[in-house]
This record gives sequence, structure tokens and C-alpha cells, in this order.
Amino acid sequence: MRVLEGQFRNPSGCAISAVISRNGERMSGEQIIESMKPMHERSNGLGGGFAGYGIYPEYRELFALHLFFSGKEAKKDCEDYLKGALELVKAEVIPTRTIPAITDEPLIWRYFVTPLRSVLASMQVDENEYIARVVMHINTAITGAYVFSSGKNMGVFKAVGFPEDVGEFYRLEDYGAYSWTAHGRYPTNTPGWWGGAHPFALLDWTVVHNGEISSYDANRRCIEMYGYKCTLQTDTEVITYIADYLLRKQGLTLEETASVIAAPFWETIERMPEAEKRELTYLRTVFPSLLVTGPFSIVLGFHGGLMALNDRLKLRSMVTAEKGDRVFIASEEAAIRAMEPAAENFYAPAGGEPVIVRVREGCC
Amino acid sequence: MKRVYVNEEWCLGCHLCEYNCAFANSGARDMVTALKGKPILPRIRVEGEGDVTYAVSCRHCRDPICIRGCISGALHKEGGTVCIDREKCVGCLTCVLLCPYGAVLPGPDGAAMKCELCLKNACGEPACAAGCPNRAIVYEEREEETV
Amino acid sequence: MSGINFLFPEFEVVRNDDRCIRCRVCERQCANEVHFYDAARDRVFSDESKCVNCQRCVSLCPTRALKIVRSDCRLRENANWDSDTIREVYKQAESGGVLLSSMGNPKPLPVYWDKLLINASQVTNPSIDPLREPMETRVFLGKKPKTLERDGNGKLKTELTPQLELDIPVMFSAMSYGSISYNAHASLARAATALGTCYNTGEGGLHEDFYKYGPNTIVQVASGRFGVHEDFLQAGAAIEIKMGQGAKPGIGGHLPGAKVGPDVSRTRMIPEGSDAISPAPHHDIYSIEDLRQLVWSLKEATGHVKPVIVKVAAVHNIAAIASGIARSGADIIAIDGFRGGTGAAPTRIRDHVGIPIELALASVDARLREEGIRDRVSLVAGGSIRSSADVVKAVALGADACYIATAAVLALGCHLCRTCQSGKCNWGIATQRPDLAKRLNPDIGSQRLINLMTAWKREIMELMGGMGINSIEALRGNRLMLRGVGLNETELRILGVSHAGE
Repeated sequence: MRVLEGQFRNPSGCAISAVISRNGERMSGEQIIESMKPMHERSNGLGGGFAGYGIYPEYRELFALHLFFSGKEAKKDCEDYLKGALELVKAEVIPTRTIPAITDEPLIWRYFVTPLRSVLASMQVDENEYIARVVMHINTAITGAYVFSSGKNMGVFKAVGFPEDVGEFYRLEDYGAYSWTAHGRYPTNTPGWWGGAHPFALLDWTVVHNGEISSYDANRRCIEMYGYKCTLQTDTEVITYIADYLLRKQGLTLEETASVIAAPFWETIERMPEAEKRELTYLRTVFPSLLVTGPFSIVLGFHGGLMALNDRLKLRSMVTAEKGDRVFIASEEAAIRAMEPAAENFYAPAGGEPVIVRVREGCC
Repeated sequence: MKRVYVNEEWCLGCHLCEYNCAFANSGARDMVTALKGKPILPRIRVEGEGDVTYAVSCRHCRDPICIRGCISGALHKEGGTVCIDREKCVGCLTCVLLCPYGAVLPGPDGAAMKCELCLKNACGEPACAAGCPNRAIVYEEREEETV
Repeated sequence: MSGINFLFPEFEVVRNDDRCIRCRVCERQCANEVHFYDAARDRVFSDESKCVNCQRCVSLCPTRALKIVRSDCRLRENANWDSDTIREVYKQAESGGVLLSSMGNPKPLPVYWDKLLINASQVTNPSIDPLREPMETRVFLGKKPKTLERDGNGKLKTELTPQLELDIPVMFSAMSYGSISYNAHASLARAATALGTCYNTGEGGLHEDFYKYGPNTIVQVASGRFGVHEDFLQAGAAIEIKMGQGAKPGIGGHLPGAKVGPDVSRTRMIPEGSDAISPAPHHDIYSIEDLRQLVWSLKEATGHVKPVIVKVAAVHNIAAIASGIARSGADIIAIDGFRGGTGAAPTRIRDHVGIPIELALASVDARLREEGIRDRVSLVAGGSIRSSADVVKAVALGADACYIATAAVLALGCHLCRTCQSGKCNWGIATQRPDLAKRLNPDIGSQRLINLMTAWKREIMELMGGMGINSIEALRGNRLMLRGVGLNETELRILGVSHAGE
């Protein structure tokens, strides 16, 4: 039997890149694809992907579910379930281009959906929580079906292949987004499965990540207590769930979330002013098992912004730069230069120092 | 200066200090050769009996009465340590009589003998303190000055 | 009873007369009166029938003239009737009594720590050098809130229920004043303070001299309630309710009257010379709801500022028991495995009751996670944590911290002769005889404990660094960092680890 990703732990090395327009101007996917080319060496052809925000303005109130199906049977099982669980507004194949570099593709569909108000009321949950549960259910209980994107007015596009080929395959030039993130994967195990490629997403949160976290199982076993199921056994998946838990369920700010995931060292905390010290001590005491150790650089995408974060020792490279209203983040400066040769204000954030960029109020 | 201090609270009366002292001043390579079948002549002695025991050796007094009474000039101070020049000693044992602690003793060769803090033997620092199993004997600097 | 002694001495005292200088330190130091000097023959002789092989004489002999060896006089033993079993029958036929012994289970039952191996980083992930990078071992034990609250300005409210802060994830577990000496307690208290961890009073109250170590003291409330009063409860950093002990699950304790001198009597609040008998159960706790009442009574009595620990022995149904305790209001659960030590226990109970801490810890941690209540309590694992590697494995299985006691008394000089119950401890630890107790100078004792824990801390940091982990929080419950060797499917499933090579 073929061993699918999720049945073993698969650490990866990687390339990441991101761009955002603070004015909320929509950019096609060409630029972000370009950024991955100079970092070709950082991937090994076993996974690439992109996330775009603001790409479905006409359906902005609906959740866009992107799904992989292993076959027609899985699709039917899944659609039967979706019809019972949600109101399906639109279902369509995600347009792709046939190219030699990308083969063995599954069925790739998207569904624009909304939860039924009556169901939400009877279950006493909000729509985000409900959709998150639907995603967990499909990914754990429906064989051959996998939701890889589930937010509003955003979408993830990923595949097994080099990222520049994946971008071409998904025709990203046809989408317009105010922010893009991209990922090229170097998994240590084959086969990299389509679902195992990155970005990893839940609701509006997407994570692209470079690194291998040493805290993985501590994080996984903690987050699984709160209703998440880590089906892929990848770092990116667990980081996404941690972000969702802290930001959505616990209501932490991005800065507070960063100081849980990449908490300052105690000796740093002790030198801080009293109020800050109290708050950081509190966060470390309350969420010890969500501290992420080992090397990582991540870009967390969310509705209206991006957050870049390095592990607290900065064991992975990551730089940021600006040009006009655009902010760029990437594993390498070369990737940023590929997007914008005239980029300026290059900056290497310190370990644990979050870089948060938001689209101006009302622009997205 | 560093001196030998004794805390009777921790003295177990095991007498190991006496054997370590006798060995240190024997010049022999190992304790068996030094002490087996021979009379033990330590410069420290465990006094008392039962539950209260206490090791006594030279206090290295600031104004040592033994030096004042020495008729041959054998007893003298070397940087605070009261030492004996056994060549000069005539064996009158005035010092033995004078020492209020009983810390100067007649030696096997007629000359008096006393603790010289192991500074003149191969040990380099007091063997009684180094070998005490319960840190009842310590060799350290303290603020207080003895008599 | 009969004139025949069925029991030959277990040990032989071998004296190399070529080396013996007749200093008689062995004779003076042996509380069991094994050695004696015969002036007429100028020789030291021994009565090995009294020897318990505590090695005090061996350690103090200045010429290394002594060794103690196991006697090679053998019974006609076989695989079923081994020597110990036969001897026990002889002893009981002679005395008619329950066999007593001490320290932990000596039987050759599996030690799972030794069948678990630790991971290290290679290539995909860098190891971290603790000499060059910060490496954090601080832990907070206590309940974590389910949801956060903010004030009117959106600032996080940072009040927490009481937490016990430790610089290293290792504490000294309960040993009462009475079962061990004043000086042993002084050593533990001073070391815990210097190390930023806690020691535990056990069920013996807190000697008035040691109240000053309160911030590093866990005060214990056990079934006999010895030494429990308001000031005692207020003195500690945390309060531990002892429901059971790994060495003797299901039974209480017994401190013989001979050990209850004036000081122990005052500290325990019992008459001098009276036996201190702790009942098997707490007679106000016959069920889980009763435990809840005691937990909240103790919190109420101390103003809700101290975490409450509930200590239980690892028994068959430990996961369900722990789940009940987690819902009782307790902040910390301490689980004590069947290899844990004791000052005295019936031999049969010590050797046959309870389960290994590794399996108990793994199943409790998993159960609390399944039920989503792991954050409500911290877990402390004890019952034979022997080294820093055991600590790392326990934390990776899911413990927040470990309790050690046997390793701590070893550091103080204990040689595991397993005769604590006699009260004649030659090392000054498990005794109340003043002449013996003074053999443990707390200046030395505390320093040796500090040395041991400092060494463990360094090793823990090295092991964590090798795994690429720079904070102990990221190791806790991180079972991917463990692999089993030579374990069957059931054992692996309970431990929640894969086999090496997988």
C-alpha cells in the first residue's frame, strides 16, 4: 500500500516568500512566482504552493473550500456530506493548465459555501468554529477527500512540484490578490503528497514555514486537546492550528501570539519593565506547550495582513524589504529582488521579533 | 592567616585526624608503611569521650607562650605559623609544660614536636582537615584572631 | 525460639591484615557493632552476622583494608526457591511476624526508563549548544486557565491561580523528620533553597528551625495529620495531600516510638516515645468527593495562595484516579511508582503492590489529554528517577517535573543497605540517635545535593540541546523524542512511543 503523508512524520527544509500591498491593490500571481525562481535550490520538487488574499471579491461573504479528491467516489462521499452540513452556493473545478512538470494530479475542486444559520444556532457555535469542524471532519473521516483551503475571499493553491511550476499549473496570473505567500518544499521523505505541500491553511489563516521544529509532538499533543487533528504530521499544520487557537479561540493579538510561539527567554523577560514582564510571564506560564522550538521562519497570512516570525534563536534566514506600499518577506534577499529590483529598507528581523504588516483600513 | 579550626558539633571521635597527621609527618609513601605496627605520634589529638569529642592541635597563638619560654630559640614563627627547629631543640620540654592546650608534645627523638600546619611536609596543607570525614576540622581564614 | 540459627550471614567482612593499622575507625563507626579490637592479639575481628553492608567502615578505612562481599555460602536454591525466598520463610518461621524492609522494590521487574532512548538532531535541524545559547529549565506547576480575560483597556489580566515555580524540573520528595534525621532535613532544605526547587516535609511536621526555608518547602498532610497546624500550612510554598506512596500503596506508616525523641515529638505534636501510626486511608476521605472537600478546606485555610498537590501511588486504575483528582480542584498530581523508596514497608507490599511509574505516567498524561483536562493540573512523577536521563524521559512522556528521594539520600551518603527501619543508620540519615545523626554535616550534605542537581541540570541541558530544544516546555509530552527498544506492542501503545527504527 502506498504510504500517504500523514502516516509518518515529514520534516522539511524550504523556501518562503510573501508580498503585500498596504493599499490593498490587487497583484497578479506572476510576481510571487518569479520570487521563487532564484530559490529553486531550496526546494526539491516535492511540494510548492501559494496563498492569495482578496482573490474572490465576488464571493467575499462565502467560505471558499478548496478540495483534493483521490477519485470520483471520494468526491461523491464528500459532496454528500457537504450538502448535509452546509449551503452550497457554487461548485466548480479549479482551473489548471496541463504542463509536463506537474503530473498525477488529483481532482481539484472549489466550493463556495455558507453554514446554515439554524445549525449554528442549535450547535451554539459561530460560523468559523463550524467551518473548522467541517474541515476537521472531512480531513479525518472521509477517505480520499482533503480540504486544503477554507477561508473567505482567499485561497491556497498547492501541488507536488517546484513552486514556479505549481504557479503556472494553477494559472495564478489570472488571480488578483492584495497579498501573496509562497512556499517551495524540500521534504526529507518521499512521497510528498499534494495535501502535504504548503501553505497550510485553516479558515483565513495560512502558514508558510521553513524549518523543522523540535517541539512538534509537545505542540501537537497540546493542540489536539482543543479539537484539532494533526492529520499531516507536518510542522506547518501544527503551527497553523496554534495560530488559529491563540488568535481566534483565545483572542490573543498577533504580538501576543508571537510571544507565545517564540517566547522571549526568561532572562530577557526578567530585564523588562514590570508591566511587560508580568504579561510575558503570564503568557509563558499559561501556554507553555505552545512554545515552538527548533528552527523556523514563518509567514502567517490572515485577512488583511501578514505576520513574519523567526524562531527565538533565528536559526533560519528571513529578510524583509519595502517599496512604496509594498512589503516583501522572503528566505533570501534574491527572492525580493526578483519581485522588485528597486526594493529598499532591507531588514533581517531578530529571532522572535514579529513583523506585522496590515492593509490600510477599508482597503481590502 | 588560615588556621585549623575544630567544630565539636561535627566531630565524630573517629580519630582519623590523628592517623592522617602521623602519616603526613612520617615522610612515607603510604599509610600502611608509615603506621603499621608502629607507635602513632600525631600532633593532633582527639580529646573527650562519649558524645562530645574534640580534636586539639596547636592554635598558632598570636603571642605564643611556648616561644617565649623556649630556651634554645628552636620555637619560632614563620609568617604566623609556630614552627620548631628540631636541630636547635635541646629537649628541655619547657614548651610542653607551658602550652595551655597541650598541643606541644615530646617527639620520638627527644625534640619537641608540634603541628606546623603540614607546611613543612609533602601535604602542603593540614592533613587533619583534608581527611576529616565530617568537616569537623577545617582550615580556613577567619576574622577572629586567636590568643 | 530454637537454638539453631537457620540464617547464615549474608555478607562477609574481608579484612586485609597486611593493610590494617589498628586505627579502629571501623569499630568506632559501626552502629551494628560488627568490628571489635582484641587487644591481647592486637587484631581487629568482625561479627559479620550483624553486618548490613552499608559500607561505612569501607568508606572510612584510611588504608582501604576492608571490603564487604556477598557470602558465597549458598542455600540449595533453585529457580523457584531462590535464596531470598527461602530466607524469608526462615525469618517468618522464627519470628511469626510480617517482614519489614526499606527503600524501593529490589525485584528484577522491568525498568522502562532503560528501554527508552532519546532522540538527537542531525542535518535537518541543528542541535543547540547549551554553553553558547540559553537553555531553559524553569517550570511552573499549577492549573492553567481555560480562557483569558482582559480589563477595560484590553490589557490581559495576569492573575493566575497559585503556581509553584521551579528552576529545575526536579524536587526532593517527601521524607519525614522522624524517618530521617534533623541534619538530613537541614541538608535538603538548604539545597532546595540554593537550587530554586522544593523539598517536602513528609508526614512529620516542620521543625521550627526550618520555617525559614518555607518558600522552598512543600508541607505534607497525610492520614495521621502529624504536625499539621495552621502555621505549618502557612509556612510552605505548596501543600501536598498524601493519599499513597509507591513503596507501600494501600497502607499507612509507622514511626516506632524509639524514634520519637523530644524534638520529633514536638514537631509531630505527639507524646515522646509513642508510636506514630498513620492510618492506611485518610479517615475523612473514603471517596473522590471527600478528597475535593479536603483540597478546598486546605485552600480555604491558606487563603487560596498555595497550590495543592495530591500524591498517589501508581496503581492499576491510575488513569481514572488521576482524572478524578484533576477534577477535585487539586493543582498538581504527584504519582509515585512502585520502585519508590521508603524508610520502612512490609516487604510483601513493597515488592508486589503497584505498577511502574513509566506506564502510570504515560497513561495518566494520555488520559488527561483525551479528556481535555491536562491543563487543569501539573504532573509530577516519582518512584525511582535515578538520573538526568530518567528526568528527560519522564518529561518527554508528559511529566511537568520529577520527585527524587532515593537519589537524594544516596547523595547524602546512603548506600542502599535497606535497613532504615532499624534506626541505626551509620550515615546519619535514617536515624534519630544523636551520635549517628551528627555524622551528616549539613554543610557537606547540602553541597552534595547541590552538586548532584547541578550536574543533572547540565546533563538535562545537554540532552535538550542535542534534540534542538531550548526550553523544557517544548520537551514536555514530546513523545516523538523517545523510541522504545525491546518493548512489545502493548507496552509501546501504553507509553505512546514508536519502536526504535520506526
